Amino acid sequence: MTLIYALAIAAYVGCGLYMMLSRHAVRMILGLTLLTNGAIFLIFLSGRVGTTTPPVIPQGAEALAADAANALPQALVLTAIVIGFALTSFAVALVLEAHRSLGTLDVREMRDAERLGAPDPSPATSVKTHG
Amino acid sequence: MADASTLLVLWPVLIPIATAALTALLWSSPVAQRRVGLASLALLLVASLALTMEVMHEGVIAKQFGAWDAPFGISFVADPLSAAMIAISGILAFAVGIFALGDIKERHERAGFHPLFHGLMAGVNGAFLTGDIFNLYVWFEVMLITTLGLLVVQRGKAQIDGALKYAAMNLFGTILFLIAVALLYGATGTLNMADLARILPQMEMSPGLTASALLFLAAFGIKAGVFPLFFWLPASYHTAPIAIAALFAGLLTKVGVYAAFRVFTLMFEMEGGALREIVAVVAAMTMITGVFGAAVQWNVRRILSFHIISQIGYMLMGLAIATPVAIAGAVFYIVHHIIVKANLFLLAGAIKHAAGTDDLRKAGGLLRSHPWLAVLFLIPALSLAGLPPLSGFWAKFLVIDASLREEVWWLAAVALAVGALTLFSMSKIWMEAFWKKPALVRATPRTVPVAFVVPIALLGAVTLTIGLFADPFVEYARTATAVLVDPTDYIAAVFPGDAPVRTVETEVPVIAIEGAVE
Repeated sequence: MTLIYALAIAAYVGCGLYMMLSRHAVRMILGLTLLTNGAIFLIFLSGRVGTTTPPVIPQGAEALAADAANALPQALVLTAIVIGFALTSFAVALVLEAHRSLGTLDVREMRDAERLGAPDPSPATSVKTHG
Repeated sequence: MADASTLLVLWPVLIPIATAALTALLWSSPVAQRRVGLASLALLLVASLALTMEVMHEGVIAKQFGAWDAPFGISFVADPLSAAMIAISGILAFAVGIFALGDIKERHERAGFHPLFHGLMAGVNGAFLTGDIFNLYVWFEVMLITTLGLLVVQRGKAQIDGALKYAAMNLFGTILFLIAVALLYGATGTLNMADLARILPQMEMSPGLTASALLFLAAFGIKAGVFPLFFWLPASYHTAPIAIAALFAGLLTKVGVYAAFRVFTLMFEMEGGALREIVAVVAAMTMITGVFGAAVQWNVRRILSFHIISQIGYMLMGLAIATPVAIAGAVFYIVHHIIVKANLFLLAGAIKHAAGTDDLRKAGGLLRSHPWLAVLFLIPALSLAGLPPLSGFWAKFLVIDASLREEVWWLAAVALAVGALTLFSMSKIWMEAFWKKPALVRATPRTVPVAFVVPIALLGAVTLTIGLFADPFVEYARTATAVLVDPTDYIAAVFPGDAPVRTVETEVPVIAIEGAVE
C-alpha cells in the first residue's frame, strides 16, 4: 500500500516537473498544480496512512486510543490546499494578464522585463513602460 | 504565560496584520491609508526595538499559541538573532514608508500598495519569529503572495513579465520547502523547531533526512537568490517602483538566508556529509556571478540587483565555515547589508529623480547640482564595497578573518577579489552619475523631494553608527551566535517544564491551531 502510494507521488512529481519545464505558461501552471498535489500526498504519507479509527478521546478516558489515526497531517494538508489554491488562482490571473498585455503565452517571447534598462539597447527599448 | 514580555513577541506580527486589514477597509481613500500606514510603521518600529531590548535583558522569549504547550501548539520564539532581524526590518520598513510618500503614485495606492506592504511586513516578521517549521512555510507563502501583488501594482508589460518569472521560480521553491517539511515530519513526527533540535541530534541521518536537508537548502537557496538559483531576481526586481524594490532588496533574500541559518544551526548539523563543501562552493559562485553580472549593466537598478546576489555569497560563506566566529560575522553581515542595500536602492530612486534617468550613460553632473546627494551616496556605496570605517568593512573583516582562521584560503581570496570588483561597480555609478559632465545640462536642476532625503539620511546614519561604534554590534552578534551554536537556551524557552522527548507514535491533533494561522 505504502509502495503504491509512494509510486503515485513519484508519478505526480515527475509529471509536474516535466510540465514545469514547458515553455507554455499554462502548462507551467498545470505542472505547479501537480507538484503541489504531490507534496500534499507526501504529507499524508508521512503521517502514516493505515488506521481509520477517529482520533477522538472517548468519554471517561484520559488519552487517545493507541490505534487512533494521526490527525495532524490533515490539518497540514488543509492549510497546504488553501495556500496552493490561492497561489494557483493568482498565477492563472497573472498568465491571463500576460496573455492580454504581452500577446503571447510562450515564455521565450516574453522579453519585456529584460528589455527594461538592458545594457545593449535594441530598437524595442524605446517602448517605455516604467514611470 | 500571557505577561507583558511574551506579548512583546506578538506585536511585530499583529501590528502589520491589523494595518493590512485596516488599510484594505479604507480602500477608497488613499490619503487615509497613507496616514494609517505611516502611524503603524512608527508603532512597528517602537514594538520591534522594545522586543530587541527585552531579548537583550531577558534572553530568549517564547510564546505558545492557544495555551497549547510545545510541541503541540505553534510556538513563537524571539532569540537574539530573530530580535535583531525584527529590529532592523522595523527600521527599514519605517524608512521605506517615508520614501513611499514621495515615490508611490496614487494609481499604485489604488492598486493596493498599502495593504500589500503591511501584509509583506507581517509575513517577514512572522518568518523571523516562528518556532514551527510548517508555520515558517505558511509565512513564506504570505510573503510570496504579497510580493507578487507588489510587483504588479504598476501594470506595465515589463512588470507582468517580471512577476511571471518571479512567480514560477518562487512557487517551485515553496513546493520544495513543503516536500522537505513532509519528509522531516515523516522521519521525526514533530514540526516544532525546538523539539526538532532535541530529537535530530539523536537520530542517524537516514536517506529521508538527507533528502529533507538538501531540499531545505534548495528551497532557501531559491529564496535567498544563490547560484545557480538566482535568475528570477535580476529578471524582476528592477521592474518594481523604487520603494518596493528597496523593500524587496533589503528583506526578501535575507529571510531566505535567515531560514537557512536557523535550520542548519538549530536542526541539521553543517558537519559531516558534503553539506559544508556544497555551501562553500555555492557561496563562492554566488559572489562571483553576482559581481560579474553587475559589471556589464548600465542601469543603476540592475547593477544593484546583481549586487544583492553577490553579497548573499558572503553571508553563506559564514554558514559554510560554520565556526562560531564565522556565524557571528555572517549575522553582523546580514544586519549591515539589509540597511546598506535598501539605502542604495532608495538612492537609485533619488538619482533617477535628479538625473531624469536611471541609465548611467545618459546621467551625469549630479556632484555639481546635488552635492549632498553625492555624500549620502558615498556612505552606503563604500560600505557595500567594504571600506573602513564603514559597517561593510567590519562585516567583511569578520567573515574573511573567520575563513583565514579555518585556513580556507581560496574562499577568503574569492571574497577579497569580489570586494574589489564591488568597489569597481560603485565607482562606476559614482563616475557616471555624479562626476562626469551630463549629456545635456538642465537650466534648473531638479530638486529631490524631502521624503526621499529623510530615509536615505536615516539609513546612512544607521550605517555610520554600525561602522563607527562596531563593538556593541559585534558583541550582540556573538551573543546571537552563542544561542545558535548551543540551542540549550532556545529549547529551554520553548519547553519551560522540560517535557520528555516523545516518540513518533504519540501524536496529538492540533487542528484548531494550525487552521487559525492559515
